[in-house]
Amino acid sequence: MFDQLDQIFVNALHWLVGFVPEVLRPLVTPLICISFILMVFPAFFSIITIFERKGIGRIQNRYGPNRVGIPFTKIRLAGFGQFLPDGLKMLTKEDIVPRAADKLVHFLAPVVMLIPVLLSYSVLPFGKNMTLADYDAGLLFFFAVGGAVEIAVFMAGWSSRNKYSLLGAMRAIAQMVSYEIPLILSAVSVVMIVGSLKLTDIIAHQNHYTFGIAHWHVFTPWGFIGFVLFFIASLAESNRTPFDLPEAESEIIAGYFTEYSGFKFALFFLGEYLGMFAIIGLGITLFLGGWTAPFSFLAWIPSWIWFFGKLTAIIFVFIWIRATLPRLRMDQLMNFAWKFMLPLALINILVAGIWHYMAADWQRWLVCGALIAGAYVLLGRGLMQNQKLGKRIYRYAE
Amino acid sequence: MLGEQIIKGMAVTARNFFGSYFSKNRLTTVQYPEERLPQKGNTRQFPFLVYDGDDAEKGLRCVACQICEKECPPKCIYIVKSKDKKPDYKGQPQIYPLTFDIDISVCMSCQICVEVCPFESIKMNTEFELSTADRFGDLLLTKEKLAKPNSYYQKIHPADAAESDAVIAAEKAKAEAKAKAAAEAKVKADAEAKAKAAAAAAAAPIAPPPANPPTTT
Repeated sequence: MFDQLDQIFVNALHWLVGFVPEVLRPLVTPLICISFILMVFPAFFSIITIFERKGIGRIQNRYGPNRVGIPFTKIRLAGFGQFLPDGLKMLTKEDIVPRAADKLVHFLAPVVMLIPVLLSYSVLPFGKNMTLADYDAGLLFFFAVGGAVEIAVFMAGWSSRNKYSLLGAMRAIAQMVSYEIPLILSAVSVVMIVGSLKLTDIIAHQNHYTFGIAHWHVFTPWGFIGFVLFFIASLAESNRTPFDLPEAESEIIAGYFTEYSGFKFALFFLGEYLGMFAIIGLGITLFLGGWTAPFSFLAWIPSWIWFFGKLTAIIFVFIWIRATLPRLRMDQLMNFAWKFMLPLALINILVAGIWHYMAADWQRWLVCGALIAGAYVLLGRGLMQNQKLGKRIYRYAE
Repeated sequence: MLGEQIIKGMAVTARNFFGSYFSKNRLTTVQYPEERLPQKGNTRQFPFLVYDGDDAEKGLRCVACQICEKECPPKCIYIVKSKDKKPDYKGQPQIYPLTFDIDISVCMSCQICVEVCPFESIKMNTEFELSTADRFGDLLLTKEKLAKPNSYYQKIHPADAAESDAVIAAEKAKAEAKAKAAAEAKVKADAEAKAKAAAAAAAAPIAPPPANPPTTT
């Protein structure tokens, strides 16, 4: 019965496709999958925005939105209907294009933003047998497509003809390019161990249990530090606090989408969140076992519940971080990427190699753990060395 | 070590998050339409007119002296005097306002009208939920909308209302005392006049009556 529930979407797809003539099936099957992705993830996005607003509200000792429920009734649902008026507002707002803007590029930027983000969902395994396109080089495809987002960001910033937009876009490019390197290098360690770029293979490698505990990559020294690096880099890639310099409200209004309003702004917003979900989904696949259960006795829970549960949990951590940490300065951002994350990612690749070639006993845990911990402490000390922390001294003011 | 302080900060925010579900004291937000904070003692929004008794038309304290109209800095008060008179709380016949309009879209809540009013008639209201769909008609408050009973004033500003009631009572007492004195003087004068007349009649039974009747003052 639980197997039935696990495969409910796969079976539903087969049942739906059964109505279509044999010739059209290769065409219709992906179309149904695509429409499913287009339905589920924007809906998930709208729910997450409410959770984010309510969660940040609670962290700041406020209620957050708690008024809007079901329209035309008195039912409030604790404010979870808020996404509906928010979306309607976005749709009905005036679409303003600056007179000096490059109209075509300005129009294209949100679309160019959204398409690669949606493409990257095609390789993600949402559950057992639930991958739209299971490429042999799925991981490579994901990063290749994800790299196109930067073009959209710069298109938006450049075509707006606004110095805030341009500053935001330049910051975004600098940040995304810098953090893509530790992001990919931390994923490389997984590829080295698994020996495949196929995401379903990576999950299959994690999907077995010793003493009832899963072999997730995050439970190994190299996997743990790889996950931490991937997590930080994905925060930066999705422009979330503390890496929200590209859209720093207090400095450059809204960064590269300063000049966007109405539905184009909504598309940027959607693209940003969907990009965040995709990259978290990849992180789950690489390090947290994808759709597998952490303990063997929990394996009866449907795989897609595990995937979305892990996704939601990581998003909640993102929200928690957003409500906690202040924004980095540009030099701190660059120092962190190039002086801490990049060396640590390179050391992690070395550690992954050592882990692969040493015998599977306690010694490799000791060696790899010591290497990782030593590298972390030393690199951290190096990063903090020239920091003059303490009371700020004003030389001219006062 | 790197990251220590981040963990500490995360612990603080986590404590806030869960604490806000367990202790209501953490949440400082007031859920406005359902919950309300008590207003401060000297809250003021826009002026209103006080009337005594139950009838707004009869008990209105305003005598249309137009001082407030003249003093109003943004000139938001408009008064038309009546031609006839009606008795005020002292029983004295007074002019009353035929029209008394305050345009609260112009009013700046400076309270100068209240300070200059010699009749304790115009006071500041505390009502702040004044949003309307019509920005012209509904923001021009007429005499009917402005008139509020004295009991309402006592409710919103108890201390000020007591003070103004004392002033009115003192005025009233003074007027009554004056009237009483006048009545007594009249009685006395009447009695004197009568006595005089009687004496005169006694002295000269066929003397003519006095040419001028005695004055009452």
